[in-house]
Amino acid sequence: MMEPFDFVEVKVPAKAEYIGVVRLSTSGIANRMGFSYEDIEDLKVAISEAITNAVKHAYKETGEGEITIGFGVYQDRLEVMVADHGGSFNLGEVKEDIGPYKQDGDIEELREGGFGLFLIDALMDKVEINSKYGVIVLMTKYLHETGVGQNGDQITTPQ
Amino acid sequence: MNLSIDVTKNDGVANVMLGGEVDAFTAPQLKETLLPLTKEQDVVEVNLQDVNYMDSTGLGVFISALKATKEHDSTLRLIHMQDRVYRLFKITGLTEIMNIDSTVQGGM
Repeated sequence: MMEPFDFVEVKVPAKAEYIGVVRLSTSGIANRMGFSYEDIEDLKVAISEAITNAVKHAYKETGEGEITIGFGVYQDRLEVMVADHGGSFNLGEVKEDIGPYKQDGDIEELREGGFGLFLIDALMDKVEINSKYGVIVLMTKYLHETGVGQNGDQITTPQ
Repeated sequence: MNLSIDVTKNDGVANVMLGGEVDAFTAPQLKETLLPLTKEQDVVEVNLQDVNYMDSTGLGVFISALKATKEHDSTLRLIHMQDRVYRLFKITGLTEIMNIDSTVQGGM
């Protein structure tokens, strides 16, 4: 059951100015795999959100550090792993941030930075978070959405 | 991977022309430009025709700007938004509270 795949690893400083660089790598890989224009745009947003979270976290901890992004290129899907190698942040807090803006809420309560994980979840087919050693976000997008079972809350937290 | 910001002011209306990408790197400069405008102008109109990428950091800036307009009794308008960018406002429910002129949507 060993499924063949190519693996591409990119390591960048945990600084906001490198997020765009990883976006370019992402669209290069996704384009080569044959993803549609729309899917490539979704991937760019989802991956940028994960890196933005990692950058903010790294900055809060030490003000420096590196972020590792791994692309697993499969026949039918792209798996993207974003690892911040800082300490782990509270997963409960992270999950609290998930969800669409609710219309009945007061405008003062609008979250200015809380849409990141929500967007990752909305734009990818599968999202997993592992916070055992630092935080690793593993996101999957299938090449053809049809025939892929996807529903409900796709955030899982393997321990 | 930069963001260009051009502001022209006329009769209480600030036109803000954006071009490029809004992400965690460029969002702070956008916020620094927009927030003071909501205080000193009656209307802040942001033209997003040439914005080909935005993520939650950009949404956050527009939420801050919207809050600031409520504080200063001014108006924020987003115009000529590309479809891909509009989609993010839609997914997050922000289309319900933001003044987005969808009749002049640009993009693909």
